[in-house]
Amino acid sequence: MHKLANYLPAGTLLLTLNLFAFAVQAAPFKPRSDAEVLEVLPARATDPRMRELRRLRNELAARPADLATAVQLARAYYSEVAAEGDPRYIGYAQAALSPWWGMSAPPSSVRVLRAMLLQFNHQFDAALADLQAVTQQDRDQGEAWAWQTAIHMVRADYTEARRSCAEMARLATPLIGAGCTAQIDSLTGNAAAAATVLREALARDPKAGAAEQLWVLTRLGEIEQRLGQFPAAEEAFRRALSLDITDGYLLAAYADFLLDQGRPAEVLLLLKDRGRSDLLLLRLALAAKALNTPALAAWQAELAARFDAARLRGDSVHEKEEARFALGLLGPSQAARALELARDNFAVQREPADARVLLEAALAARQPSAAAPVLAWMKASSIESQKLQALAQQLKGQP
Amino acid sequence: MSWARCLAFMLAVVVMPALAHKPSDSYLAFKVDQATGSARISGQWDIALRDLDFAIGLDADGDGNITWGETRAKHAEIAAYALARLAVQADGVDCSLSVPDQLIDKHSDGAYTVMQLALSCAQASPKQLTISYRLFADIDPQHRGLLKLESDGLARTAIFGPESRQQQFTLGKTSHLTQFVDYAREGVWHIWIGFDHILFLLSLLLPAVLVWQHGRWQASARFSTSFIEVTKIVTAFTVAHSITLSLATLGVVALPTRLVESAIAASVVLAALNNVWPTLRGRRWMVAFGFGLLHGFGFASVLADLGLPSGALVLALIGFNVGVEAGQLAIVAVFLPLAFVLRRSWFYQRLVVIGGSLLIAALAAVWLAERAFNFKVMPF
Repeated sequence: MHKLANYLPAGTLLLTLNLFAFAVQAAPFKPRSDAEVLEVLPARATDPRMRELRRLRNELAARPADLATAVQLARAYYSEVAAEGDPRYIGYAQAALSPWWGMSAPPSSVRVLRAMLLQFNHQFDAALADLQAVTQQDRDQGEAWAWQTAIHMVRADYTEARRSCAEMARLATPLIGAGCTAQIDSLTGNAAAAATVLREALARDPKAGAAEQLWVLTRLGEIEQRLGQFPAAEEAFRRALSLDITDGYLLAAYADFLLDQGRPAEVLLLLKDRGRSDLLLLRLALAAKALNTPALAAWQAELAARFDAARLRGDSVHEKEEARFALGLLGPSQAARALELARDNFAVQREPADARVLLEAALAARQPSAAAPVLAWMKASSIESQKLQALAQQLKGQP
Repeated sequence: MSWARCLAFMLAVVVMPALAHKPSDSYLAFKVDQATGSARISGQWDIALRDLDFAIGLDADGDGNITWGETRAKHAEIAAYALARLAVQADGVDCSLSVPDQLIDKHSDGAYTVMQLALSCAQASPKQLTISYRLFADIDPQHRGLLKLESDGLARTAIFGPESRQQQFTLGKTSHLTQFVDYAREGVWHIWIGFDHILFLLSLLLPAVLVWQHGRWQASARFSTSFIEVTKIVTAFTVAHSITLSLATLGVVALPTRLVESAIAASVVLAALNNVWPTLRGRRWMVAFGFGLLHGFGFASVLADLGLPSGALVLALIGFNVGVEAGQLAIVAVFLPLAFVLRRSWFYQRLVVIGGSLLIAALAAVWLAERAFNFKVMPF
């Protein structure tokens, strides 16, 4: 029972935040004028992307059993998720596929999409089952291999990731093929060589598609950052940004880099008006905290409200972010709660960022033993990361 | 989009954590007021303007901004669309729903229309409410309806989704009983898993079947003597922790958790050592009372952790306390006959009472250190 009591202060604080969030919201009002703007949609109706979505949606409404249209619409929705990170489109995509969604063995095109939507909610087992069924039927389904690689990477299954990478390399461009293997090498003790491979592959293929370059450059930036090669990391991130593709992942990664480098003011500029995405709002709030800007209170309350809202609907896919939120913004009193979240998260996702937040939470909570899974992973993978190694060292020093 | 580009794109995205904005939720609240003999049910339903725009189109001029004017023009259509996807039955008979007014509220992910719901049900005081919810079921299977149902001061929550389109809720008096039983069950459970309380009680009870004579423990002659001793201790402990549990739960007294938890550990150490080197012979009920006051604060923090119903605080408090006592009596009922039978043996007098007490004292000493200095050695 004293274990429960340990969590009490944490619980109490969350409760106060809850009440605060509730108090902010619980006041329905009548707007003063008809012209008052209540909501800004992600895009105007005249935006070509929106037009295309509307066209496909009308087409599907007329013929809901048309597989090609359904897949095309679901894919279009999915690319909205990728650009803006808005999970509402996940549901829309699922709805487009509804005639096939419940089938045990739907057509391959649906199965790949279903896996993409499932992994979004961290249903990795179900997603892998779909993807493996697809590649078993047809070894040349490159996209299904790509997704398998990605899921194996998230779960730190590097042997399987390497295998699906090899399958994919047969089917993809040389740049993607090299990049796929290099990203695994970079986590398994060959980071410097992996960075060289990526840099050379990019140089060999200057005409590669922008999306492809973006992906390789983002990986490169992360690898250099882990190695402590900060100018090289900066250069990679900046080149990726100059491709002018809105990519939530890249923005978050570069913002983290800037935060680590003690350059929070640049984060505020980089992510200006991008607080709609929780990922980016978290970075904005962390930067605001470092600079002690007036926006901090509002952003922090907003984030707390979003995490509460997610909890209400029973979601647990935001544990990593919530752990960082608790650690970075709520402070030491929330260390126990942060540790709980980081630990649960690491059981599902095992990437360097997941490892880092668990190490940091274990340090803050003064419970070095809680970081054992991370230390085991670090040892097994031989990952090279200045930051992770420094944290692990610090943890050893803790009684 | 070329094949390889498409591939690269996917790779970039999969590692992106699955959270960005918020998925779609609506907030549905019902309040059942049974006070006046016949029930009055009122409700409120908050639905995101973005979702309504996707379903029926709110942004009339297509400029990407939804204004109050555009929303107001669609009020009738919004109400019709939403009410066609919500059904409330009282004791199996459909209630009629209407929307007298709509306001606006800001939630964490944007503006919502706030529909006041007026319900009229044929049943004067329904025992059961059935709610069927399929808002946006066809266009967004990830959408959830988050329900808050208040009746008789009891608030319940539920989530509506593809796997739970229809749910039933029991209203009225039975809920008090259920609530009482729930809290009583928690009380029993917490005395059983609360090792520190059990060990404290056991430390006091171990010598109850013995008497201290000529510098050592001897078997007591009669069961009635032991029984009276146990009754005195258990009653004193109960009275004391009931007092502080009530005071702390009702907010009259508040003590820092760490202090309380450390003091509880200390009480176990002292109670156990008192068996090895008795200084408070025959007055153990006073020890039980004094330290029982501390243990009450410990129970209060568990109860606070469980969350307290706003309208039935006293009920929960009594339920929890009754549960704690029942759990405690169960322990005594097992302990006393066993100890009485074994009381003459060397095994009991030396090993259980002396050895056991030393073990308990050692264990509690580690707890004390853990709690006082805020670190962790033991897994419980």
